[in-house]
Amino acid sequence: MKETPLSNCERRFLLRAIEEKKRLDGRQTYDYRNIRISFGTDYGCCIVELGKTRVLGQVSCELVSPKLNRATEGILFFNLELSQMAAPAFEPGRQSDLLVKLNRLMERCLRNSKCIDTESLCVVAGEKVWQIRVDLHLLNHDGNIIDAASIAAIVALCHFRRPDVSVQGDEVTLYTPEERDPVPLSIHHMPICVSFAFFQQGTYLLVDPNEREERVMDGLLVIAMNKHREICTIQSSGGIMLLKDQVLRCSKIAGVKVAEITELILKALENDQKVRKEGGKFGFAESIANQRITAFKMEKAPIDTSDVEEKAEEIIAEAEPPSEVVSTPVLWTPGTAQIGEGVENSWGDLEDSEKEDDEGGGDQAIILDGIKMDTGVEVSDIGSQELGFHHVGQTGLEFLTSDSEEEEMIILEPDKNPKKIRTQTTSAKQEKAPSKKPVKRRKKKRAAN
Amino acid sequence: MAGLELLSDQGYRVDGRRAGELRKIQARMGVFAQADGSAYIEQGNTKALAVVYGPHEIRGSRARALPDRALVNCQYSSATFSTGERKRRPHGDRKSCEMGLQLRQTFEAAILTQLHPRSQIDIYVLQADGGTYAACVNAATLAVLDAGIPMRDFVCACSAGFVDGTALADLSHVEEAAGGPQLALALLPASGQIALLEMDARLHEDHLERVLEAAAQAARDVHTLLDRVVRQHVREASILLGD
Repeated sequence: MKETPLSNCERRFLLRAIEEKKRLDGRQTYDYRNIRISFGTDYGCCIVELGKTRVLGQVSCELVSPKLNRATEGILFFNLELSQMAAPAFEPGRQSDLLVKLNRLMERCLRNSKCIDTESLCVVAGEKVWQIRVDLHLLNHDGNIIDAASIAAIVALCHFRRPDVSVQGDEVTLYTPEERDPVPLSIHHMPICVSFAFFQQGTYLLVDPNEREERVMDGLLVIAMNKHREICTIQSSGGIMLLKDQVLRCSKIAGVKVAEITELILKALENDQKVRKEGGKFGFAESIANQRITAFKMEKAPIDTSDVEEKAEEIIAEAEPPSEVVSTPVLWTPGTAQIGEGVENSWGDLEDSEKEDDEGGGDQAIILDGIKMDTGVEVSDIGSQELGFHHVGQTGLEFLTSDSEEEEMIILEPDKNPKKIRTQTTSAKQEKAPSKKPVKRRKKKRAAN
Repeated sequence: MAGLELLSDQGYRVDGRRAGELRKIQARMGVFAQADGSAYIEQGNTKALAVVYGPHEIRGSRARALPDRALVNCQYSSATFSTGERKRRPHGDRKSCEMGLQLRQTFEAAILTQLHPRSQIDIYVLQADGGTYAACVNAATLAVLDAGIPMRDFVCACSAGFVDGTALADLSHVEEAAGGPQLALALLPASGQIALLEMDARLHEDHLERVLEAAAQAARDVHTLLDRVVRQHVREASILLGD
């Protein structure tokens, strides 16, 4: 499915809000969303939730023969997949650019920074080494995939236990988990990616952009660091122009954020370890809270309403009084007249182009229910609802409903009384005849046909 | 390679350069008559060839045409004989794709795409001798200039590394293979804006500034060289035209 384009209104709204240092979900510019880490029953399986973005990470291992030019090192393989359930725009075969970018970034962040000791994965030099495979699946896309994926990858790697192996001379014995406890991987450090989104040619920056913010951003800078403040990867993307001090500032912010996230990860790992040792229940099923009513809850943002009354009164006082109800048609030009409420229209305030565009939408807007009708037009004059068209008598108006698919059309002759009215609604609803200018315009077009 | 001293006590690198020196750069524009623009650059042993076609009508799906800007399309290809061992690289593999994407990002920022709406600019780069992004970008800049496509400024790129507390500019293959931190930077020299920044391997945050500065300075040196090449080319062309 093609991605729905972002409307200009929304784009402008988001950019204005960012200029005023406000984010839609109420965060500060340097705040992360809530991170939740849960583990599965097997070792090496975890789900990371960064706000609503969800990534599933799974680590598995296999004994293979090593690469020819690196005979004593194990093999690391990373794969990030954008599952079709993550966003409607993700389709098999359609996502290549984003996928390549994310995968390469993950590879560079985790493999080139040597966070895992690959020499320890060697079993028999030149013949058998461990191949560690990290599979990441994006389950829900709400922005900032790369951060969530990097956290999931490193957590899964820290959680994983590989089977124990012993070598005696030429014999290699692989123990099953029942015989000997599996061994954790040796991890030197934990690189974590932090994303910075830039707006308005680099003037404003946000940490951890969500999906809407990602759509309006100019570019992205990803800095991967570990808690020892070593930068593992920097990648700028999206065609923004950066300045050196911007990069340096971002790296400082990243340092702070990474320290917090690393602490969270360590705590989560510790908790899981404790639960397993104590024999408690663990796994994904346990991490979903039971007997909880899930509701779509939005955090309330505090708004100062103390002066709302005054402002409202001001607005009302300054506004023009509502137009009066006219019961006989007001003739504007031959072929156009108005009757009822709202004769005075305010569409002249808007740009002309919007008026033109709105003609199509005017159709739906005119379908009003009978209640409103009563205020504008005398009910007694309205004819019964019949199918077909007919002429109206000399006095009053008659409204017709018809099930034809024609757009409604109201033609009023310049004589005092409206003669011929053809109206049509989609259901048995009566409508005010000429209450909005757009209808009249359409009428003119039809008359020309 | 263990035991190889990348920076000697007297401050000399493996190939005899000082820490901030660039390798020898030779460049030529207008290498192919057929293409709209082409350039060849040699940076030490790394050789890159870039070819530009455009701006021309969008090939393929018309739906991709942008109403207000040109579309920049970049493809990167690495020759099989380029590295020490002959490596048969499949055409669409991830590294080539990524390099193509990065080149595209760099040049979309630099080329004045508003001047050519609904058109497409293709940049093809062929790289021999074990990838540096910098040579690709420099070659592509010259090729785009040769094609006459308007750009904001030169895009000059250079790599930098960090060994023993000193920042090294313009890494050679040996220094890259040693596995230290490597930074690739593409810069618009006049304004000092960074079009692309990429870094691998661990580098402590405190050293970042020095490495960035070394890369930026090296990129500016590359700019003076490229500028000279372009002026030389224009002078030759005008002589041939009989001005």
